[in-house]
Amino acid sequence: MMSKRSMMGVAGAMSLLALSAMPALAEAAPTPNKADTVWMMVSTILVLLMTIPGLALFYGGLVRSKNMLSVLTQVLATVCLVSLIWVTYGYSLAFTAGGSLNDFVGGFDKIFLKGVTPESTVATFSNGVVIPELVYVAFQMTFACITPALIVGAFAERMKFSALLVFTALWVTIVYFPMAHMVWYWAGPDALGNAAKAVASATDAAAKTAAQAKLDEVTADAGMLFKWGALDFAGGTVVHINSGIAGLVGCIMIGKRIGYGRELMAPHSLPMTMIGAALLWVGWFGFNAGSNLEASAGAVIALVNTFVATAAAGFAWLVIEWMGKGKPSLLGLASGVVAGLVAVTPASGFAGPMGAIVLGLVSGVVCYFACTTLKNALGYDDSLDVFGIHCVGGIVGAIATGILVNTALGGVGIPDYTTKPGELTVGTYEMGTAVWAQIKAVTFTLLYSGIVSAILFKVVDLVIGLRVPQDQEREGLDIAEHGERAYNL
Amino acid sequence: MKLVTAIIKPFKLEEVRDALTALGVHGMTVTEVKGYGRQKGHTEIYRGAEYAVSFLPKIKLEVATESALVEKVIEAITSAARTGQIGDGKIFVQPVERALRIRTGERDNDAL
Repeated sequence: MMSKRSMMGVAGAMSLLALSAMPALAEAAPTPNKADTVWMMVSTILVLLMTIPGLALFYGGLVRSKNMLSVLTQVLATVCLVSLIWVTYGYSLAFTAGGSLNDFVGGFDKIFLKGVTPESTVATFSNGVVIPELVYVAFQMTFACITPALIVGAFAERMKFSALLVFTALWVTIVYFPMAHMVWYWAGPDALGNAAKAVASATDAAAKTAAQAKLDEVTADAGMLFKWGALDFAGGTVVHINSGIAGLVGCIMIGKRIGYGRELMAPHSLPMTMIGAALLWVGWFGFNAGSNLEASAGAVIALVNTFVATAAAGFAWLVIEWMGKGKPSLLGLASGVVAGLVAVTPASGFAGPMGAIVLGLVSGVVCYFACTTLKNALGYDDSLDVFGIHCVGGIVGAIATGILVNTALGGVGIPDYTTKPGELTVGTYEMGTAVWAQIKAVTFTLLYSGIVSAILFKVVDLVIGLRVPQDQEREGLDIAEHGERAYNL
Repeated sequence: MKLVTAIIKPFKLEEVRDALTALGVHGMTVTEVKGYGRQKGHTEIYRGAEYAVSFLPKIKLEVATESALVEKVIEAITSAARTGQIGDGKIFVQPVERALRIRTGERDNDAL
C-alpha cells in the first residue's frame, strides 16, 4: 500500500476536528486512530509468535531428535536475517512505486526506511483511515520472515545451514519482495477516491480528460497481480503458494534424505508439534485479522473465518484419516488445522463464515491426499509437507476466494472504491472473471516462484553446496552443524 | 546367588516391585529397553508414511538374590507381570559368582 505522508501540523489537526462541521475539508489528511494502531501492533507480535516458537516447534517436533536444534536454528535465524534485510531494502522493494518496473517490483525510495517517520502514515482499506507507516513496516516484516521460514520444512534434516542463509537472503530479495509488490501494492482507497471525485467534479471536457488521465494513472499505480483483480487477503499466493512451490523445488533438487522410505523417520515429539500448531493458530489471528489493517468489522470477519475454517479442516483430515487408515491421529488433526489456516488465509477477509467452513472441509481433504497419496505416488521427499499443506492448501484457498467473495454466498463482495468516490462499495461480481483472476495469479506464482527458486537453489549449490556430507547427515545436524544436542538426559 | 533378569511390560513395573518388596527383596535395577519376541511389532502411520515398528518398549528388571529365594522371586514376578496377552515378557536366571557392597565392603549374601 502506498504511503501518504501526513504533513499535518497543529493547524491541520484542528481542521480535522472541524471536519464533521465542514465537509469541504474532507480531503484533509487523516490521522491514525489509536485503536487501529494498537490492533496492528498486537497483530505484528502475534505473527512473530506464529513463527517463533509456533512454526519452529511445529517443525521441530516432526523431525528426528538428532535434527531438532537444526530446525529451530534455521527458523529463528531466518527471522533475524530477514528482519534486517526487510528494513534495509525489503520494505522499499515491496511497497514503493517501482518506476518502469512498477508492475513487478518497487524501487529504492525508502531504502534504509528513508522518509519513514513516526508521523508518516499508510492507507488501509477504508477511505479516510490511515495507520502509522512504521507499524505497517513491522507488520509486513513478520510476513517476510515467516514465508522463507516455511520453506525450511521441505528440506529439513539435510540442508547445510550456511547454504540456507544465503538462499534465504537471495530468495526474499528476488522472489518474496516482488511477489508482495505484485499482489499487495496499490495506491489506496483515498488516492483512488480523490481521483475519481476529481473526474466527477470536472466541469469542462479538457478538465475531465485530465482528471480521467489522473485516475487512470492512480489505478495503474499497483502491482501486476493486483491489477489483474486477484484477491489475496493475507497471503495465499504471496506467502503459502510462494513458499510451498519453492519448498517442492528445493526438496527435489537437494534429493531425498538418506534412508528415506526404508528407515524409521518418525516425528520425535508430537507434543511439540501440537504446541507449535496451537501457537500457529493463535498467531494466525494476527496474520489474517491483522491483514485488515484496521480494528473494524473486516477484522472480525477474518477472525471468525480463521476460527471456523481451521476447525473444519482439522476435523475433515481427522475423519478421512480415520476412515482411510483406521485411526484418528493427533498429527493428522494438527496437519488439518494448519491446512485450514493456510486455505482460509487468502479468503479470510472476503468469505463469509459458512463459506469458510466449506473451504476448510475441502482443504482438509485435498491436503490429506496431497500429503499421502500424491506424495507417495511422486516419490519426492518433502520432509515436513511444505508443498502438500502450504502450496496445495494455498491453491485451494486462492481459487476458492474467487467464489466465496460472492455476496450471494455470504461473502463481502469485491471492493470498489471509484463508483461512489470516497466510500467503499461492493463491485459487480461475475464468477468467471473473479475465478479466472485467481487462477491466473496462482499460475503466475507457481511459475515465477518455482522457476526463480530453482535457479537460486542451483546457484547456491554450485557456490556453497546445498547439502551436508553423508556422515554428517547420519550423525544429525545438531551435532554436525551446531555442536550441541537438543536433549542431554 | 542368582541374578534374575525379567523383561516385562512397562506398565507392570509397579506391581512387580510391590510383589518383590513383599518378599524381602531390597533392591533392583530397572532399564528401559526395546525388543521383540512373539509379539512382533506394530505399524505406525505419520501422515503418508507407514512404518513397521518391530522393537517395542519394555522394561528390563534385574534382581540379585540369594539362591534360596530364587523360586519365590520368579513366582512373584510371573504372577505380578502376567496379563495372559502375548508380549508379557520373559525371565532369565543366571548364577552370580560374587557380590560386594561398595560402601561397607560386605560380601556375597550380606551385600544383597
